[in-house]
Amino acid sequence: MTTEKTASNGHQHATGGDRVKRGLAEMLKGGVIMDVVNAEQAKIAEDAGAVAVMALERVPADIRRDGGVARMSDVSLIKDIIAAVTIPVMAKARIGHFVEAQVLQALGVDYVDESEVLTPADEEHHIDKWQFTVPFVCGARDLGEALRRIGEGAAMIRTKGEAGTGNVVEAVRHMRAVQGGIRRLQALRRDELMAEAKRLDAPYELVQEIHETGTLPVVNFSAGGIATPADAALMMQLGAEGNFVGSGIFKSDDPLGYAKAIVAATTYFDKPEVVAEVSAGLGHAMRGLDVAGMPKEELLATRGW
Amino acid sequence: MREHLSALARAGAEAVGVRTVAELESVDALVLPGGESTTMCRLLRVYALEQPLRERLAAGMPTLSTCAGLIVLSREVVDGRPDQLALGALDVVTRRNAFGRQVDSFEADLHIEPLGVAPFRGVFIRAPQIETTGDEARVIATLNGAAVAVEQGPHIGLCFHPEMTDDLRVHQHFLRVVDEATERSVA
Repeated sequence: MTTEKTASNGHQHATGGDRVKRGLAEMLKGGVIMDVVNAEQAKIAEDAGAVAVMALERVPADIRRDGGVARMSDVSLIKDIIAAVTIPVMAKARIGHFVEAQVLQALGVDYVDESEVLTPADEEHHIDKWQFTVPFVCGARDLGEALRRIGEGAAMIRTKGEAGTGNVVEAVRHMRAVQGGIRRLQALRRDELMAEAKRLDAPYELVQEIHETGTLPVVNFSAGGIATPADAALMMQLGAEGNFVGSGIFKSDDPLGYAKAIVAATTYFDKPEVVAEVSAGLGHAMRGLDVAGMPKEELLATRGW
Repeated sequence: MREHLSALARAGAEAVGVRTVAELESVDALVLPGGESTTMCRLLRVYALEQPLRERLAAGMPTLSTCAGLIVLSREVVDGRPDQLALGALDVVTRRNAFGRQVDSFEADLHIEPLGVAPFRGVFIRAPQIETTGDEARVIATLNGAAVAVEQGPHIGLCFHPEMTDDLRVHQHFLRVVDEATERSVA
């Protein structure tokens, strides 16, 4: 939602427009956004070179283990995190829980993640993100889902992956699906776009736009299962513009070491010698889970549509 | 970085990304883009780019710095982290995130002196503020009385993001500055 303000000398200030919302994500490109549950972890993330932190109640691996309803993080913890670091602070709201999002905006959070990692508050409708001044990032498994979220006002997209597993397979699947979907759209004739919009369940105007530009109108990061520097570089080589890392850092043996190494591997994703150098002597990565063997009801990526 | 590369290419320059010392040595001029200045400083330090960059700046390499890049080139940074770099190519004191958090990010029309009378749309994203301008730096744009763009010899520093608009005038102006600096060094 764009708000025009006029300063005393007649200068027009426009806040909350597409360009400033999408623009912050542009500034984060090539960087790593790290999940943190408290101010102490947020400082470690900032020291390691994170471009932003994501505040949440529990890291996905713990949500998976403990079960129960996962909600927006405690308000005082978010305040502590905002006070502790100078980099942007993102925070998760439940899918469809627009009041959690309103609260996060009121707290001065820089980006809201409408996230499948938390328990959905609405199984049918996502948040109408155009109503907010704060920008949103949303998860997607394929191009259609990405375009539906952008249609609702998301200013940044990330793959869903399968959070809290330490298994990159779903993030790879989703990134390939989004990129492949874009390439397919570009190859179509104009008169085939409506049928493709129907097949993708995506807004026609966005389908047309991608056909013409060959790229999403917002930044696309990868998330969900990235546990090692090589995972981070893999996602970048597959076309991610940056990485979200959740449990992979604070569930590893050496969080600061892992955090620094994943930042370096994201920046120098096309330089294997750097990825090799930073991967040495890190100790154990988080324990991974086999996604294929998991019961359907334990999958987080299938939340939202 | 990608938007700067595209803007420079459209303005007629050959532009490459710089992440290594070899890449830094290969260029005539440098754009220090937006992003998080803390992350940028860490990468400059860890990947040993700080010293070569200081040397190139001392030798008069032209720069266009925007937002976080402006912070890195300042003489002094207020409210920065203790390990914040201030390389001093621009005689200004900057304050990080001075306009507030993301919900306060905004756009506004600016009059930028070397670009003539037509206004330039300034996109300010968690933007820094230029608190003090020293004798060496010349203010070329203000907003509500505060400096938001400065020029000092071959260096241009901006609080906003010209690469986020389709208006190429800032990049074209920078390329003229680069040409003049190159001619001077040849002569």
